[in-house]
Amino acid sequence: MSDQPPVLEMRGITKRFPTGTLANDAIDLDVRRGEIHALLGENGAGKSTLMNILYGLVPPDTGQVLIDGQPVTIRDPADAIARGIGMVHQHFMLVPVLSVAENVVLGNEIVRAGQLLDIDEAAKQIKLFAGKLGFDIDPFGRIDQLSVGQQQRVEILKAIYRNARILVLDEPTAVLTPQETREIFEVFRRLRSEGASVIFISHKLDEVLEIADRITVIRRGRVVGSRKPKETNENELAELMVGRAVNLRVDRGRSHPGEIALEVAGLRAKDDRGHEALRGLDLVVRAGEIVGIAGVAGNGQDEIVESLMGLRRPTAGTIRLAGKDLTRATVDERRDRGMSFVPADRQRFGLVLTYPIDDNLALTRYADPPFAGGFAGLVRNFREIAANAVRLIKEFDIRASGPKALAATLSGGNQQKVIVAREFGQEVRLLVLDQPTRGLDVGSIEFIHKQVIARRDHGAAVLLVSAELDEVLELSDRVLVVFRGGIVGSFAAEEAQREKIGLLMATGAARA
Amino acid sequence: MSGVRSVAAQIWQVASIPLLAIVLAFIVAAVVIVVSSVFTPTGFEPLLPFAAYASLLAGAFASDTGIYNTLVAAAPLILGGLAVGLGFKAGLFNIGVAGQFLVGAFGAAVVGANLADAPAVVGVPLAMVAGALAGAAFGFIPGFLKARTGAHEVVTTIMLNNAAVLLLTWAVNDLVRAPGFSFPRTGPIGNSALPILLGRNLHLGIPLAVLFVFAVRWLLDRTTIGFEIRTVGQNPNAARYAGMRPIFITALTMTLSGLLAGVAGAIQMLGVIGFYAPGITASVGFDSIAVALLGRSNPIGILFAAILFGAFRAGPPLMQIETSVPIEVIDIIQALVILFLAADLIVRRVFRIRAPKAEITELKTITQSWAGTASGGPPS
Ligand SMILES: Nc1ncnc2c1ncn2[C@@H]1O[C@H](COP(=O)(O)OP(=O)(O)O)[C@@H](O)[C@H]1O
Ligand SMILES: [Mg+2]
Repeated sequence: MSDQPPVLEMRGITKRFPTGTLANDAIDLDVRRGEIHALLGENGAGKSTLMNILYGLVPPDTGQVLIDGQPVTIRDPADAIARGIGMVHQHFMLVPVLSVAENVVLGNEIVRAGQLLDIDEAAKQIKLFAGKLGFDIDPFGRIDQLSVGQQQRVEILKAIYRNARILVLDEPTAVLTPQETREIFEVFRRLRSEGASVIFISHKLDEVLEIADRITVIRRGRVVGSRKPKETNENELAELMVGRAVNLRVDRGRSHPGEIALEVAGLRAKDDRGHEALRGLDLVVRAGEIVGIAGVAGNGQDEIVESLMGLRRPTAGTIRLAGKDLTRATVDERRDRGMSFVPADRQRFGLVLTYPIDDNLALTRYADPPFAGGFAGLVRNFREIAANAVRLIKEFDIRASGPKALAATLSGGNQQKVIVAREFGQEVRLLVLDQPTRGLDVGSIEFIHKQVIARRDHGAAVLLVSAELDEVLELSDRVLVVFRGGIVGSFAAEEAQREKIGLLMATGAARA
Repeated sequence: MSGVRSVAAQIWQVASIPLLAIVLAFIVAAVVIVVSSVFTPTGFEPLLPFAAYASLLAGAFASDTGIYNTLVAAAPLILGGLAVGLGFKAGLFNIGVAGQFLVGAFGAAVVGANLADAPAVVGVPLAMVAGALAGAAFGFIPGFLKARTGAHEVVTTIMLNNAAVLLLTWAVNDLVRAPGFSFPRTGPIGNSALPILLGRNLHLGIPLAVLFVFAVRWLLDRTTIGFEIRTVGQNPNAARYAGMRPIFITALTMTLSGLLAGVAGAIQMLGVIGFYAPGITASVGFDSIAVALLGRSNPIGILFAAILFGAFRAGPPLMQIETSVPIEVIDIIQALVILFLAADLIVRRVFRIRAPKAEITELKTITQSWAGTASGGPPS
């Protein structure tokens, strides 16, 4: 295999954006035929830029692209497609109201004489391709009725239909469930056995180690190493990626639980469709401890968090904080009592993307002193808002051009840091964390985990909800298992075994 | 120095599309003028648009009278534009400015007529306040309905516009009809008329409207209420999470919007019309939407947009007299401006603007209105 020339070589690719960011700095990359090649790097390392250059979306400043050993010029995606390059973007580019087949052929329609569009022929081919890749799809299904995972497969089919031999996927697993991730990896393997090459962007170490034949690590626009999975491990990759030794397992230290902070008793709540989602849930979190909730998504986690935040009205039961009944309290009252929340969906709930960082850092305390004063407390105090932003940006190492940068321009990791800084950066009694590290790279995860532990050691009660069992196990002093809207198991950290908890999560009972 | 440049860049970022939409509208209308000149007795006149636009400009700005006329026409549009723009900021589309304007005008007319003989320092403020409160009350209704039941403000305000016309016709006929006139109308407002400051017609309402520009700007930019309004408009979920009450903000914003529209009606009543009679139209209502769009909901932008629309009222007569280009060309220009704002892609293409990320969010509010998914509805 290695004596063949690489199907793709990128030589000395450099790109500096007009804003001054050196996104790619003399990057070399080669990809062989029938290879799954992972591009690993932190948010903002320059992975997407490199691939956008390959696909003709971004012009490089310098550098050369060779396909099958021949230099080529790629001016736009049409050139790239003609050279056999396909790309699946992080945000899909499908027309929601059209069918799978229509989307696949869009811009590349089979036209027979005297006929407008031979969609049936296309559908047949789509079926055929899908079969080769090991999945089934209805060519006449409408895109907006497909799951995210299925839509991603349509994107892959689109590329294959255009004869892609080199398929680039930009963080394809970021939007997938673990099950869907396994399935898409199977598709990658099939593509490989068909002789195609896959370039797979990720910042998840376990994923690249599982699927890739070769891993190229990019840091701050430079290639800092290339490894085969067998020759490396998570620690080495993390260090390459971040540029320093990273603790993948945080040292939690001992907890010193104190008084009961949060006490939830007999909580019942309905989900958005009116079905009972919480059925008499009880839980207790003490000051100075981290309680993690493990469970398969959709067993009531969202409803627990929303009931605690005050965004969902429970139908029965009580929520007490330090003895005070807050079941019916407004969001504001809860915050005044010392509750803080990191919501799961940072862009939908946690941030106003069109606001600058400083406003976002004051978002949940905008009406409290010192952020507002004067005239019956109605006038915003911009000096304090700015000072708060400067302090938190420094303290929480938020990478941004300044306090006035819009939240929308930040990377996911830095957006999450804004939320964490805001919610952690004050005295809190109870921290409710919902998927606090979803989609973040190892450096950011380590940082946030350290902050959580620091808060606990400061005496805060922490309730952690996460779909990542590993995260729950790593961080929690106590693990609760939720199943169909109730707690079915409780374990001290020392006795929390993966297998036992996994079984409880799946079946709600210790024995199936 | 770079500060100045970056401020200029920021202004250009928000103002480029509106400004270029205006330029493009004038260019397209010029083509219409040239083409239609072929069918006039004077025949093909390629330079006619220049002459027409020159006298349009002269009519609106070249004399004191022209400037006064422009500003008098702009004043209610400033307030109406602020009313619509404030709604946009909260993600609400207030089509009810027409109705709120009429109710405000009526309130001011009735109180003004009752205080016609009282000193102006009493009559003017009270009549103004009456108009403002009437408009606010009429804006509160759709706000309350939306907050309580989720009834969409676009539907309710359209219905309330009709309700206002009919209700006020009845009121003038049966409740407050002034004796001694051959048609139903309210009595003369006497001392309650807004004082004339300059010329024949430049009344106190003009500085008042400008004052409101800065008041609304202050509210939006500097106060917690303005922050709440903007947050609810930008991301109602984040607003709830942050402890704001979108329901309350929705009702409040519609009320304030109605208040601004009511003041628009009041100054028009006390400064220009003088009495309420059925059939007074409120084209201000719809022009206000155009003004708010053109001003990108920014109070200062709205001020300029309203002055432009005021010029579109004051300038055309001279244009028609001097160049025989019919006044209706202005309607074409106005319509084109809005068309190009809505289809800003055309403007970007023509002027080769690299698509800035900042889209015109007001248009999103409008289009989402029709899809029934606009923000600010009641919680699920
Ligand atoms: N269009 C752009 N204009 C300016 N800077 C950009 C642009 N696209 C990306 N960047 C910057 O270039 C760097 C690399 O970004 P990107 O390639 O998206 O990283 P990755 O995909 O590895 O997370 C980041 O600092 C990012 O902010
Ligand atoms: Mg990327």
